[in-house]
Amino acid sequence: MNILVCISHVPDTTTKVKFSENNTKLDTAGIQWVINPWDELSLTRALELKDDAASGVKKVSVAHVGLANTEPTIRKALAIGADDAYRVNAEAFDAHQVAAELAEVIKAGSFDIILCGIESSDYNGSNVGGMLAEFLGYPSVSGISHLGIEQEKVVITREIDGGKQQLTLPVPFVGIVQKGIAKEPRIAAMRGIMQARTKPIHVSEPKAADAQTSVLNFEPPEPRADCKFIDPENPKELITLLQNEAKVI
Amino acid sequence: MSVIVYTENWDGLFKKQTFEIATYASKLAEMLNTDSIAISIGNVAEEELGKLGNHGIKQIISVTDDKLKHFDGQLYTKVIADIAVKESAEVLVLANNNCGKALAPRLSVRLQAAIASAVHELPESVNPFKIKKRVFSGNAVSLNELKTKTKILTLAQNSIDIEEMPEAAAIETYTPDLGDLVSAIEVQETEKQTGKVLLTDAEIVVSGGRGMKSPDNWAPLLELAELLDGATACSRPVSDEGWRPHEEHTGQTGKIVAPNVYFAIGISGATQHLAGVSSSKYIIAINNDKDAPIFEAAQYGIVGDAAKILPQLVEAVKELKSS
Ligand SMILES: Cc1cc2nc3c(=O)[nH]c(=O)nc-3n(C[C@H](O)[C@H](O)[C@H](O)COP(=O)(O)OP(=O)(O)OC[C@H]3O[C@@H](n4cnc5c(N)ncnc54)[C@H](O)[C@@H]3O)c2cc1C
Repeated sequence: MNILVCISHVPDTTTKVKFSENNTKLDTAGIQWVINPWDELSLTRALELKDDAASGVKKVSVAHVGLANTEPTIRKALAIGADDAYRVNAEAFDAHQVAAELAEVIKAGSFDIILCGIESSDYNGSNVGGMLAEFLGYPSVSGISHLGIEQEKVVITREIDGGKQQLTLPVPFVGIVQKGIAKEPRIAAMRGIMQARTKPIHVSEPKAADAQTSVLNFEPPEPRADCKFIDPENPKELITLLQNEAKVI
Repeated sequence: MSVIVYTENWDGLFKKQTFEIATYASKLAEMLNTDSIAISIGNVAEEELGKLGNHGIKQIISVTDDKLKHFDGQLYTKVIADIAVKESAEVLVLANNNCGKALAPRLSVRLQAAIASAVHELPESVNPFKIKKRVFSGNAVSLNELKTKTKILTLAQNSIDIEEMPEAAAIETYTPDLGDLVSAIEVQETEKQTGKVLLTDAEIVVSGGRGMKSPDNWAPLLELAELLDGATACSRPVSDEGWRPHEEHTGQTGKIVAPNVYFAIGISGATQHLAGVSSSKYIIAINNDKDAPIFEAAQYGIVGDAAKILPQLVEAVKELKSS
Protein backbone atom coordinates (compact mmCIF):
# COMPACT_ATOMS: atom_id res chain seq x y z
CA MET A 1 0.00 0.00 0.00
CA ASN A 2 1.32 3.47 -0.96
CA ILE A 3 0.39 6.77 0.61
CA LEU A 4 0.62 10.17 -1.05
CA VAL A 5 0.53 13.26 1.15
CA CYS A 6 -0.30 16.51 -0.64
CA ILE A 7 1.68 19.34 0.88
CA SER A 8 1.12 23.05 0.74
CA HIS A 9 3.88 25.61 1.23
CA VAL A 10 2.65 28.45 3.45
CA PRO A 11 4.02 31.38 5.44
CA ASP A 12 4.96 30.47 9.00
CA THR A 13 1.86 30.87 11.17
CA THR A 14 3.32 33.76 13.16
CA THR A 15 4.02 35.84 10.02
CA LYS A 16 2.59 39.36 10.06
CA VAL A 17 1.30 39.39 6.49
CA LYS A 18 1.95 42.47 4.34
CA PHE A 19 0.94 43.22 0.78
CA SER A 20 2.65 44.93 -2.14
CA GLU A 21 1.76 46.37 -5.58
CA ASN A 22 -1.20 48.36 -4.35
CA ASN A 23 -2.33 45.56 -2.04
CA THR A 24 -2.74 43.08 -4.87
CA LYS A 25 0.16 40.74 -4.01
CA LEU A 26 1.45 39.10 -0.88
CA ASP A 27 4.74 40.76 0.06
CA THR A 28 6.99 37.73 0.41
CA ALA A 29 10.00 39.66 1.74
CA GLY A 30 11.18 38.14 4.99
CA ILE A 31 8.57 35.39 5.05
CA GLN A 32 9.60 32.04 6.50
CA TRP A 33 7.96 29.27 4.48
CA VAL A 34 6.85 26.06 6.14
CA ILE A 35 4.86 22.93 5.37
CA ASN A 36 1.20 23.67 6.12
CA PRO A 37 0.71 22.46 9.75
CA TRP A 38 -2.08 20.02 8.79
CA ASP A 39 -0.04 18.47 6.01
CA GLU A 40 2.85 18.00 8.40
CA LEU A 41 0.55 16.06 10.70
CA SER A 42 -0.78 13.94 7.78
CA LEU A 43 2.81 13.13 6.80
CA THR A 44 3.57 12.19 10.40
CA ARG A 45 0.63 9.79 10.51
CA ALA A 46 1.57 8.28 7.13
CA LEU A 47 5.10 7.62 8.42
CA GLU A 48 3.79 6.11 11.66
CA LEU A 49 1.75 3.69 9.55
CA LYS A 50 4.77 2.83 7.42
CA ASP A 51 6.79 2.14 10.59
CA ASP A 52 4.18 -0.42 11.60
CA ALA A 53 4.83 -3.45 9.37
CA ALA A 54 1.32 -4.80 10.03
CA SER A 55 -0.21 -1.83 8.18
CA GLY A 56 1.21 -2.99 4.85
CA VAL A 57 2.30 0.55 3.92
CA LYS A 58 5.40 0.27 1.71
CA LYS A 59 5.97 3.81 0.55
CA VAL A 60 5.12 7.36 1.54
CA SER A 61 5.40 10.08 -1.11
CA VAL A 62 4.62 13.78 -1.06
CA ALA A 63 3.27 15.92 -3.87
CA HIS A 64 3.28 19.68 -4.32
CA VAL A 65 2.37 22.16 -7.02
CA GLY A 66 4.89 25.00 -7.04
CA LEU A 67 7.89 26.54 -8.72
CA ALA A 68 11.50 25.52 -8.00
CA ASN A 69 11.72 28.01 -5.12
CA THR A 70 9.43 25.72 -3.05
CA GLU A 71 11.96 22.88 -3.11
CA PRO A 72 13.31 23.60 0.41
CA THR A 73 9.80 22.83 1.73
CA ILE A 74 9.73 19.58 -0.25
CA ARG A 75 13.24 18.65 0.98
CA LYS A 76 11.98 19.22 4.50
CA ALA A 77 9.22 16.65 3.93
CA LEU A 78 11.83 14.22 2.60
CA ALA A 79 14.01 14.90 5.63
CA ILE A 80 11.08 14.12 7.93
CA GLY A 81 10.87 10.73 6.22
CA ALA A 82 8.94 10.72 2.92
CA ASP A 83 10.54 8.34 0.38
CA ASP A 84 10.17 10.53 -2.67
CA ALA A 85 8.40 13.63 -3.93
CA TYR A 86 6.47 14.91 -6.92
CA ARG A 87 6.51 18.56 -7.90
CA VAL A 88 4.38 20.02 -10.64
CA ASN A 89 6.30 23.00 -11.94
CA ALA A 90 3.59 25.67 -11.83
CA GLU A 91 2.62 28.68 -9.80
CA ALA A 92 -0.93 27.88 -8.81
CA PHE A 93 -3.46 30.64 -8.34
CA ASP A 94 -6.33 28.70 -6.82
CA ALA A 95 -7.34 25.36 -5.36
CA HIS A 96 -8.90 24.22 -8.64
CA GLN A 97 -5.59 24.53 -10.40
CA VAL A 98 -3.69 22.74 -7.61
CA ALA A 99 -6.20 19.88 -7.49
CA ALA A 100 -6.28 19.48 -11.28
CA GLU A 101 -2.48 19.20 -11.41
CA LEU A 102 -2.29 16.83 -8.44
CA ALA A 103 -4.91 14.61 -10.08
CA GLU A 104 -2.56 14.17 -13.06
CA VAL A 105 0.28 13.08 -10.76
CA ILE A 106 -1.99 10.56 -9.07
CA LYS A 107 -3.39 9.14 -12.30
CA ALA A 108 0.14 8.55 -13.56
CA GLY A 109 1.29 6.87 -10.34
CA SER A 110 0.08 4.13 -8.06
CA PHE A 111 -1.26 5.44 -4.77
CA ASP A 112 -3.87 3.90 -2.51
CA ILE A 113 -4.36 6.54 0.12
CA ILE A 114 -4.18 10.24 -0.69
CA LEU A 115 -4.08 12.61 2.25
CA CYS A 116 -4.74 16.35 2.34
CA GLY A 117 -5.00 18.77 5.25
CA ILE A 118 -8.36 20.28 6.12
CA GLU A 119 -7.19 23.72 5.05
CA SER A 120 -4.09 25.68 4.22
CA SER A 121 -3.16 28.32 6.72
CA ASP A 122 -2.80 30.99 3.99
CA TYR A 123 -5.94 31.09 1.85
CA ASN A 124 -8.01 28.98 4.27
CA GLY A 125 -9.95 27.32 1.50
CA SER A 126 -10.26 23.67 2.57
CA ASN A 127 -10.95 22.76 -1.04
CA VAL A 128 -8.05 20.84 -2.57
CA GLY A 129 -8.88 17.43 -1.04
CA GLY A 130 -12.52 17.33 -2.10
CA MET A 131 -11.74 18.64 -5.58
CA LEU A 132 -9.03 16.05 -6.02
CA ALA A 133 -11.40 13.23 -5.06
CA GLU A 134 -13.95 14.42 -7.59
CA PHE A 135 -11.34 14.73 -10.35
CA LEU A 136 -10.30 11.14 -9.63
CA GLY A 137 -13.79 9.79 -9.01
CA TYR A 138 -12.63 8.44 -5.62
CA PRO A 139 -14.61 8.45 -2.40
CA SER A 140 -13.47 11.02 0.13
CA VAL A 141 -13.83 11.37 3.86
CA SER A 142 -13.39 14.73 5.59
CA GLY A 143 -12.74 15.63 9.19
CA ILE A 144 -10.55 12.57 9.83
CA SER A 145 -9.13 12.55 13.35
CA HIS A 146 -7.81 8.98 13.25
CA LEU A 147 -6.60 6.78 10.41
CA GLY A 148 -5.55 3.16 10.63
CA ILE A 149 -5.29 0.21 8.26
CA GLU A 150 -6.69 -3.24 8.97
CA GLN A 151 -6.76 -6.03 6.43
CA GLU A 152 -6.32 -3.76 3.42
CA LYS A 153 -9.14 -1.51 4.55
CA VAL A 154 -8.83 1.91 6.09
CA VAL A 155 -10.34 2.42 9.50
CA ILE A 156 -11.29 5.99 10.18
CA THR A 157 -12.71 8.18 12.88
CA ARG A 158 -14.39 11.23 11.41
CA GLU A 159 -15.63 14.21 13.35
CA ILE A 160 -19.23 15.12 12.70
CA ASP A 161 -21.22 17.98 14.21
CA GLY A 162 -21.39 17.17 17.90
CA GLY A 163 -19.87 13.72 17.70
CA LYS A 164 -17.74 11.13 15.97
CA GLN A 165 -18.22 8.26 13.58
CA GLN A 166 -16.14 5.12 13.09
CA LEU A 167 -15.98 4.04 9.45
CA THR A 168 -14.23 1.56 7.24
CA LEU A 169 -13.66 1.91 3.54
CA PRO A 170 -11.63 0.31 0.77
CA VAL A 171 -8.80 2.03 -1.07
CA PRO A 172 -8.23 4.08 -3.14
CA PHE A 173 -9.66 7.07 -1.35
CA VAL A 174 -8.88 10.68 -0.48
CA GLY A 175 -8.69 11.53 3.21
CA ILE A 176 -9.00 15.08 4.48
CA VAL A 177 -7.48 15.21 7.93
CA GLN A 178 -7.84 17.45 10.93
CA LYS A 179 -6.79 17.68 14.56
CA GLY A 180 -6.03 14.41 16.27
CA ILE A 181 -4.53 12.57 13.29
CA ALA A 182 -1.09 12.72 14.93
CA LYS A 183 -0.10 14.21 18.24
CA GLU A 184 3.01 16.19 17.35
CA PRO A 185 4.54 16.72 13.92
CA ARG A 186 7.61 14.54 13.38
CA ILE A 187 10.84 16.50 13.29
CA ALA A 188 13.66 15.85 10.83
CA ALA A 189 16.71 14.23 12.42
CA MET A 190 20.26 14.90 11.18
CA ARG A 191 20.32 11.55 9.42
CA GLY A 192 17.06 12.34 7.64
CA ILE A 193 18.38 15.71 6.51
CA MET A 194 21.46 14.02 5.00
CA GLN A 195 19.36 11.34 3.29
CA ALA A 196 16.91 13.88 1.91
CA ARG A 197 19.61 15.33 -0.32
CA THR A 198 19.66 12.22 -2.46
CA LYS A 199 15.98 11.29 -2.41
CA PRO A 200 14.24 11.83 -5.77
CA ILE A 201 11.99 14.78 -6.54
CA HIS A 202 10.11 13.95 -9.75
CA VAL A 203 9.34 17.20 -11.55
CA SER A 204 6.60 17.40 -14.17
CA GLU A 205 5.27 20.25 -16.27
CA PRO A 206 1.68 21.43 -15.69
CA LYS A 207 -1.10 20.41 -18.00
CA ALA A 208 -2.13 24.06 -17.89
CA ALA A 209 -5.31 23.95 -15.88
CA ASP A 210 -6.84 27.40 -15.59
CA ALA A 211 -7.60 29.17 -12.36
CA GLN A 212 -11.32 29.84 -11.87
CA THR A 213 -10.86 32.60 -9.35
CA SER A 214 -8.52 35.53 -8.94
CA VAL A 215 -7.68 37.74 -6.02
CA LEU A 216 -8.31 41.36 -6.96
CA ASN A 217 -6.87 42.86 -3.80
CA PHE A 218 -6.20 42.39 -0.10
CA GLU A 219 -7.11 44.63 2.78
CA PRO A 220 -6.56 44.51 6.51
CA PRO A 221 -9.52 43.22 8.52
CA GLU A 222 -11.86 45.88 9.91
CA PRO A 223 -10.30 47.38 12.99
CA ARG A 224 -11.98 46.43 16.23
CA ALA A 225 -13.10 49.02 18.75
CA ASP A 226 -10.53 49.67 21.46
CA CYS A 227 -10.75 47.51 24.52
CA LYS A 228 -12.81 48.99 27.31
CA PHE A 229 -11.19 48.14 30.64
CA ILE A 230 -13.29 47.29 33.65
CA ASP A 231 -12.09 47.89 37.19
CA PRO A 232 -10.83 44.53 38.53
CA GLU A 233 -12.23 45.49 41.93
CA ASN A 234 -15.71 45.56 40.39
CA PRO A 235 -15.91 42.78 37.75
CA LYS A 236 -19.72 42.75 38.01
CA GLU A 237 -19.65 45.89 35.89
CA LEU A 238 -18.68 43.62 32.96
CA ILE A 239 -21.94 41.70 33.18
CA THR A 240 -23.87 44.99 33.36
CA LEU A 241 -22.11 46.27 30.23
CA LEU A 242 -22.72 43.02 28.35
CA GLN A 243 -26.38 43.28 29.21
CA ASN A 244 -27.03 46.99 28.68
CA GLU A 245 -24.38 48.22 26.29
CA ALA A 246 -23.45 45.27 24.07
CA LYS A 247 -26.90 43.67 24.65
CA VAL A 248 -25.55 40.17 24.21
CA ILE A 249 -26.68 38.47 27.42
CA MET B 1 -31.84 30.50 -13.28
CA SER B 2 -31.86 30.05 -9.54
CA VAL B 3 -29.87 30.19 -6.34
CA ILE B 4 -29.73 26.76 -4.71
CA VAL B 5 -29.12 26.29 -1.02
CA TYR B 6 -28.27 22.89 0.48
CA THR B 7 -29.93 22.57 3.88
CA GLU B 8 -28.57 19.90 6.18
CA ASN B 9 -30.75 18.52 8.98
CA TRP B 10 -29.90 17.11 12.37
CA ASP B 11 -32.28 14.26 13.22
CA GLY B 12 -34.94 15.89 11.07
CA LEU B 13 -34.46 19.40 12.43
CA PHE B 14 -32.82 22.53 11.10
CA LYS B 15 -30.54 24.80 13.10
CA LYS B 16 -29.90 28.52 13.28
CA GLN B 17 -27.18 28.13 10.62
CA THR B 18 -29.76 26.66 8.22
CA PHE B 19 -31.85 29.82 8.46
CA GLU B 20 -28.73 31.94 8.04
CA ILE B 21 -27.88 30.26 4.73
CA ALA B 22 -31.54 30.39 3.65
CA THR B 23 -31.63 34.15 4.33
CA TYR B 24 -28.32 34.59 2.53
CA ALA B 25 -29.46 32.60 -0.53
CA SER B 26 -32.72 34.56 -0.76
CA LYS B 27 -30.95 37.93 -0.56
CA LEU B 28 -28.48 36.78 -3.18
CA ALA B 29 -31.37 35.61 -5.39
CA GLU B 30 -32.79 39.13 -5.10
CA MET B 31 -29.50 40.59 -6.31
CA LEU B 32 -29.64 38.20 -9.28
CA ASN B 33 -33.36 38.78 -9.95
CA THR B 34 -34.14 35.14 -9.47
CA ASP B 35 -35.56 32.71 -6.89
CA SER B 36 -33.95 30.72 -4.11
CA ILE B 37 -34.55 26.98 -3.98
CA ALA B 38 -33.63 24.76 -1.03
CA ILE B 39 -32.54 21.13 -1.25
CA SER B 40 -33.09 18.89 1.77
CA ILE B 41 -31.76 15.32 1.93
CA GLY B 42 -33.22 12.93 4.50
CA ASN B 43 -36.39 12.72 6.52
CA VAL B 44 -37.58 16.17 7.45
CA ALA B 45 -41.24 16.78 8.29
CA GLU B 46 -43.21 19.17 6.09
CA GLU B 47 -43.69 21.56 8.97
CA GLU B 48 -39.93 21.85 9.47
CA LEU B 49 -39.30 22.23 5.73
CA GLY B 50 -41.94 24.95 5.61
CA LYS B 51 -39.87 27.06 8.01
CA LEU B 52 -37.48 27.74 5.14
CA GLY B 53 -40.28 29.73 3.49
CA ASN B 54 -40.01 32.27 6.33
CA HIS B 55 -36.61 33.20 4.97
CA GLY B 56 -37.51 33.83 1.36
CA ILE B 57 -37.17 30.30 -0.03
CA LYS B 58 -39.64 29.88 -2.91
CA GLN B 59 -39.31 26.16 -3.52
CA ILE B 60 -38.11 23.21 -1.48
CA ILE B 61 -36.84 20.03 -3.08
CA SER B 62 -36.97 17.16 -0.62
CA VAL B 63 -34.93 14.02 -1.32
CA THR B 64 -35.22 10.80 0.63
CA ASP B 65 -33.43 7.62 -0.33
CA ASP B 66 -32.05 4.79 1.78
CA LYS B 67 -28.70 5.06 0.06
CA LEU B 68 -28.39 8.59 1.42
CA LYS B 69 -28.88 7.62 5.06
CA HIS B 70 -25.26 8.31 5.99
CA PHE B 71 -23.41 11.28 4.69
CA ASP B 72 -21.26 10.33 1.69
CA GLY B 73 -19.62 13.15 -0.25
CA GLN B 74 -19.70 11.29 -3.54
CA LEU B 75 -23.40 10.38 -3.48
CA TYR B 76 -24.61 13.68 -2.06
CA THR B 77 -22.61 15.52 -4.72
CA LYS B 78 -24.33 13.55 -7.47
CA VAL B 79 -27.80 14.39 -6.11
CA ILE B 80 -27.14 18.09 -5.50
CA ALA B 81 -25.34 18.55 -8.84
CA ASP B 82 -28.18 16.88 -10.77
CA ILE B 83 -30.71 19.22 -9.16
CA ALA B 84 -28.46 22.23 -9.73
CA VAL B 85 -28.34 21.42 -13.45
CA LYS B 86 -32.09 20.80 -13.64
CA GLU B 87 -32.80 24.15 -11.95
CA SER B 88 -30.09 26.03 -13.91
CA ALA B 89 -28.44 27.13 -10.69
CA GLU B 90 -26.30 30.20 -11.02
CA VAL B 91 -25.04 30.05 -7.43
CA LEU B 92 -25.03 27.23 -4.87
CA VAL B 93 -24.87 28.17 -1.19
CA LEU B 94 -23.76 25.77 1.57
CA ALA B 95 -22.91 26.19 5.24
CA ASN B 96 -19.20 26.29 6.00
CA ASN B 97 -19.52 23.32 8.37
CA ASN B 98 -18.20 19.74 8.12
CA CYS B 99 -20.68 18.67 5.41
CA GLY B 100 -20.53 21.93 3.49
CA LYS B 101 -16.74 21.81 3.44
CA ALA B 102 -16.85 18.24 2.14
CA LEU B 103 -19.44 18.92 -0.57
CA ALA B 104 -18.51 22.33 -1.94
CA PRO B 105 -15.17 21.32 -3.55
CA ARG B 106 -16.65 18.16 -5.11
CA LEU B 107 -19.57 20.16 -6.50
CA SER B 108 -17.12 22.74 -7.81
CA VAL B 109 -15.36 20.14 -9.97
CA ARG B 110 -18.57 18.44 -11.05
CA LEU B 111 -20.28 21.69 -12.06
CA GLN B 112 -17.13 23.50 -13.23
CA ALA B 113 -18.01 26.18 -10.75
CA ALA B 114 -15.56 28.50 -9.03
CA ILE B 115 -15.70 28.48 -5.27
CA ALA B 116 -15.32 31.01 -2.47
CA SER B 117 -15.32 29.41 0.97
CA ALA B 118 -16.21 30.84 4.37
CA VAL B 119 -17.57 34.07 2.93
CA HIS B 120 -19.08 36.41 5.51
CA GLU B 121 -21.11 38.87 3.44
CA LEU B 122 -23.04 39.18 0.18
CA PRO B 123 -21.05 39.73 -3.02
CA GLU B 124 -19.86 43.22 -3.76
CA SER B 125 -21.15 42.81 -7.31
CA VAL B 126 -22.73 39.92 -9.22
CA ASN B 127 -21.55 40.81 -12.72
CA PRO B 128 -18.61 40.41 -12.56
CA PHE B 129 -19.04 38.26 -9.46
CA LYS B 130 -16.85 39.78 -6.74
CA ILE B 131 -16.90 38.66 -3.14
CA LYS B 132 -14.78 39.11 -0.02
CA LYS B 133 -13.39 36.40 2.23
CA ARG B 134 -11.04 36.24 5.18
CA VAL B 135 -7.58 34.89 4.48
CA PHE B 136 -4.36 34.30 6.42
CA SER B 137 -6.34 33.07 9.40
CA GLY B 138 -8.28 36.29 9.81
CA ASN B 139 -5.27 38.58 9.37
CA ALA B 140 -6.49 39.92 6.02
CA VAL B 141 -9.54 40.05 3.77
CA SER B 142 -9.28 39.38 0.04
CA LEU B 143 -11.63 40.50 -2.71
CA ASN B 144 -12.03 37.65 -5.19
CA GLU B 145 -13.52 37.36 -8.60
CA LEU B 146 -15.27 34.10 -9.49
CA LYS B 147 -14.98 33.70 -13.23
CA THR B 148 -17.20 30.72 -14.06
CA LYS B 149 -20.87 30.72 -15.04
CA THR B 150 -21.89 28.73 -11.95
CA LYS B 151 -20.49 29.68 -8.55
CA ILE B 152 -20.32 28.00 -5.16
CA LEU B 153 -20.22 29.78 -1.82
CA THR B 154 -19.91 28.45 1.70
CA LEU B 155 -21.13 30.88 4.36
CA ALA B 156 -19.26 31.28 7.66
CA GLN B 157 -21.49 30.63 10.65
CA ASN B 158 -22.96 33.59 12.56
CA SER B 159 -21.81 36.08 9.97
CA ILE B 160 -25.20 37.40 8.85
CA ASP B 161 -28.49 38.13 10.64
CA ILE B 162 -31.46 35.87 9.96
CA GLU B 163 -34.28 37.82 8.30
CA GLU B 164 -37.98 37.13 7.95
CA MET B 165 -39.05 37.22 4.28
CA PRO B 166 -42.22 35.09 4.24
CA GLU B 167 -42.94 33.08 1.11
CA ALA B 168 -45.40 30.23 0.60
CA ALA B 169 -42.73 27.73 -0.30
CA ALA B 170 -43.83 24.82 -2.48
CA ILE B 171 -42.48 21.44 -1.40
CA GLU B 172 -41.58 19.02 -4.15
CA THR B 173 -40.21 15.50 -3.72
CA TYR B 174 -37.38 14.40 -5.94
CA THR B 175 -36.26 10.87 -6.70
CA PRO B 176 -32.50 10.80 -7.15
CA ASP B 177 -30.92 8.96 -10.02
CA LEU B 178 -28.06 7.15 -8.29
CA GLY B 179 -27.75 4.38 -10.88
CA ASP B 180 -25.54 1.67 -9.43
CA LEU B 181 -23.60 4.11 -7.27
CA VAL B 182 -23.31 2.86 -3.71
CA SER B 183 -21.47 4.36 -0.80
CA ALA B 184 -17.97 2.92 -0.29
CA ILE B 185 -18.18 4.02 3.33
CA GLU B 186 -19.38 1.62 5.99
CA VAL B 187 -20.38 3.33 9.19
CA GLN B 188 -19.57 1.11 12.17
CA GLU B 189 -20.57 3.37 14.99
CA THR B 190 -21.80 6.90 15.68
CA GLU B 191 -21.23 8.62 18.99
CA LYS B 192 -23.14 11.80 19.69
CA GLN B 193 -22.62 14.24 22.45
CA THR B 194 -25.94 14.91 24.13
CA GLY B 195 -27.39 17.47 26.47
CA LYS B 196 -24.65 20.03 25.95
CA VAL B 197 -24.59 23.15 23.82
CA LEU B 198 -22.28 22.36 20.91
CA LEU B 199 -19.22 24.56 20.69
CA THR B 200 -19.81 25.31 17.02
CA ASP B 201 -23.47 26.27 17.63
CA ALA B 202 -23.04 28.28 20.83
CA GLU B 203 -23.88 31.98 21.02
CA ILE B 204 -21.65 32.33 24.06
CA VAL B 205 -18.34 30.54 24.56
CA VAL B 206 -16.35 30.58 27.78
CA SER B 207 -12.76 29.57 27.12
CA GLY B 208 -9.83 28.99 29.47
CA GLY B 209 -6.09 29.04 28.86
CA ARG B 210 -2.94 28.20 30.75
CA GLY B 211 -3.63 31.17 33.02
CA MET B 212 -6.33 29.03 34.68
CA LYS B 213 -3.30 27.35 36.31
CA SER B 214 -4.70 23.87 36.95
CA PRO B 215 -7.50 21.60 35.74
CA ASP B 216 -8.91 21.78 39.27
CA ASN B 217 -9.80 25.44 38.80
CA TRP B 218 -12.38 24.94 36.05
CA ALA B 219 -15.55 24.76 38.17
CA PRO B 220 -16.43 28.50 38.07
CA LEU B 221 -15.70 28.62 34.33
CA LEU B 222 -18.07 25.71 33.70
CA GLU B 223 -20.67 27.31 35.92
CA LEU B 224 -20.43 30.62 34.07
CA ALA B 225 -20.90 28.83 30.73
CA GLU B 226 -23.88 26.91 32.02
CA LEU B 227 -25.57 30.00 33.47
CA LEU B 228 -25.17 31.75 30.12
CA ASP B 229 -26.36 28.72 28.07
CA GLY B 230 -22.92 28.72 26.54
CA ALA B 231 -20.32 26.16 25.57
CA THR B 232 -16.85 25.75 27.03
CA ALA B 233 -13.59 25.91 25.09
CA CYS B 234 -9.85 26.09 25.74
CA SER B 235 -6.49 26.97 24.23
CA ARG B 236 -4.27 24.32 22.68
CA PRO B 237 -1.82 23.84 25.55
CA VAL B 238 -4.77 23.21 27.86
CA SER B 239 -6.07 20.35 25.70
CA ASP B 240 -2.53 19.10 25.01
CA GLU B 241 -1.97 18.84 28.77
CA GLY B 242 -5.20 16.90 29.08
CA TRP B 243 -6.74 19.53 31.37
CA ARG B 244 -9.73 19.66 29.03
CA PRO B 245 -10.96 17.38 26.20
CA HIS B 246 -9.62 17.88 22.67
CA GLU B 247 -13.05 18.78 21.31
CA GLU B 248 -12.78 22.07 23.22
CA HIS B 249 -9.57 23.28 21.57
CA THR B 250 -10.15 26.42 19.51
CA GLY B 251 -7.71 28.08 17.14
CA GLN B 252 -5.97 27.52 13.90
CA THR B 253 -5.40 23.84 14.54
CA GLY B 254 -8.61 23.31 16.52
CA LYS B 255 -12.16 24.47 16.03
CA ILE B 256 -12.99 27.74 14.39
CA VAL B 257 -15.81 29.47 16.20
CA ALA B 258 -17.64 32.76 15.77
CA PRO B 259 -20.05 33.19 18.68
CA ASN B 260 -21.61 36.47 19.77
CA VAL B 261 -19.44 36.47 22.88
CA TYR B 262 -16.10 34.74 23.43
CA PHE B 263 -14.66 34.92 26.94
CA ALA B 264 -10.88 34.38 26.82
CA ILE B 265 -9.81 33.68 30.39
CA GLY B 266 -6.09 33.31 31.08
CA ILE B 267 -5.42 33.12 27.34
CA SER B 268 -2.51 35.18 26.00
CA GLY B 269 -3.98 35.71 22.52
CA ALA B 270 -1.35 34.06 20.30
CA THR B 271 -2.01 34.55 16.57
CA GLN B 272 -2.78 30.83 16.22
CA HIS B 273 -5.41 31.06 18.95
CA LEU B 274 -6.96 34.23 17.51
CA ALA B 275 -7.11 32.56 14.08
CA GLY B 276 -9.93 30.40 15.42
CA VAL B 277 -11.87 32.99 17.39
CA SER B 278 -11.30 36.42 15.84
CA SER B 279 -14.62 36.43 13.99
CA SER B 280 -16.50 36.43 17.31
CA LYS B 281 -18.69 39.53 17.66
CA TYR B 282 -17.35 40.36 21.14
CA ILE B 283 -14.16 39.09 22.72
CA ILE B 284 -13.88 39.54 26.47
CA ALA B 285 -10.40 39.14 27.92
CA ILE B 286 -9.51 38.39 31.51
CA ASN B 287 -5.78 38.30 32.04
CA ASN B 288 -3.37 39.43 34.76
CA ASP B 289 -0.90 40.81 32.22
CA LYS B 290 -2.07 44.17 30.91
CA ASP B 291 0.22 43.80 27.88
CA ALA B 292 -1.17 40.42 26.77
CA PRO B 293 -2.02 40.55 23.03
CA ILE B 294 -5.53 39.29 23.72
CA PHE B 295 -6.48 42.83 24.84
CA GLU B 296 -5.79 44.08 21.31
CA ALA B 297 -8.50 41.76 19.99
CA ALA B 298 -10.94 42.33 22.85
CA GLN B 299 -13.74 44.88 23.27
CA TYR B 300 -14.00 44.42 27.03
CA GLY B 301 -11.18 43.50 29.33
CA ILE B 302 -10.34 43.01 32.96
CA VAL B 303 -6.72 43.04 34.10
CA GLY B 304 -6.63 40.71 37.07
CA ASP B 305 -6.43 37.23 38.51
CA ALA B 306 -8.90 34.85 36.85
CA ALA B 307 -9.27 32.86 40.06
CA LYS B 308 -10.59 35.96 41.85
CA ILE B 309 -12.65 37.40 39.02
CA LEU B 310 -14.49 34.32 37.74
CA PRO B 311 -16.50 33.63 40.93
CA GLN B 312 -17.61 37.27 40.99
CA LEU B 313 -18.81 37.03 37.39
CA VAL B 314 -20.75 33.88 38.30
CA GLU B 315 -22.37 35.80 41.18
CA ALA B 316 -23.23 38.71 38.91
CA VAL B 317 -24.91 36.47 36.32
CA LYS B 318 -26.88 34.71 39.08
CA GLU B 319 -28.09 38.08 40.38
CA LEU B 320 -29.03 39.13 36.87
CA LYS B 321 -31.02 35.97 36.36
CA SER B 322 -32.89 36.25 39.63
CA SER B 323 -33.76 39.92 39.17
C1 LIG C 1 1.51 25.59 14.14
C2 LIG C 1 0.91 26.03 15.44
C3 LIG C 1 -0.47 25.92 15.61
C4 LIG C 1 -1.07 26.32 16.81
N1 LIG C 1 -2.43 26.23 16.94
C5 LIG C 1 -3.02 26.66 18.07
C6 LIG C 1 -4.44 26.62 18.22
O1 LIG C 1 -5.15 26.15 17.34
N2 LIG C 1 -4.99 27.08 19.36
C7 LIG C 1 -4.24 27.60 20.38
O2 LIG C 1 -4.81 28.01 21.39
N3 LIG C 1 -2.91 27.63 20.28
C8 LIG C 1 -2.28 27.17 19.16
N4 LIG C 1 -0.92 27.21 19.07
C9 LIG C 1 -0.17 27.60 20.29
C10 LIG C 1 -0.09 29.10 20.49
O3 LIG C 1 1.04 29.58 19.79
C11 LIG C 1 0.05 29.46 21.97
O4 LIG C 1 1.18 28.79 22.49
C12 LIG C 1 -1.17 29.11 22.82
O5 LIG C 1 -2.35 29.63 22.24
C13 LIG C 1 -1.01 29.67 24.20
O6 LIG C 1 -2.04 29.20 25.04
P1 LIG C 1 -2.45 30.03 26.33
O7 LIG C 1 -2.88 31.38 25.92
O8 LIG C 1 -3.44 29.20 27.08
O9 LIG C 1 -1.13 30.02 27.20
P2 LIG C 1 -0.04 31.14 27.44
O10 LIG C 1 0.45 31.74 26.21
O11 LIG C 1 0.92 30.55 28.39
O12 LIG C 1 -0.86 32.28 28.17
C14 LIG C 1 -1.40 32.19 29.42
C15 LIG C 1 -1.95 33.57 29.75
O13 LIG C 1 -2.55 33.53 31.02
C16 LIG C 1 -2.24 34.71 31.72
N5 LIG C 1 -2.32 34.40 33.15
C17 LIG C 1 -1.43 33.74 33.93
N6 LIG C 1 -1.90 33.65 35.19
C18 LIG C 1 -3.10 34.25 35.20
C19 LIG C 1 -4.08 34.46 36.20
N7 LIG C 1 -3.91 34.04 37.46
N8 LIG C 1 -5.21 35.12 35.87
C20 LIG C 1 -5.40 35.57 34.60
N9 LIG C 1 -4.51 35.37 33.61
C21 LIG C 1 -3.38 34.72 33.91
C22 LIG C 1 -0.86 35.08 31.26
O14 LIG C 1 -0.66 36.47 31.42
C23 LIG C 1 -0.88 34.66 29.81
O15 LIG C 1 -1.29 35.73 28.98
C24 LIG C 1 -0.29 26.82 17.89
C25 LIG C 1 1.10 26.92 17.71
C26 LIG C 1 1.70 26.54 16.52
C27 LIG C 1 3.18 26.68 16.37
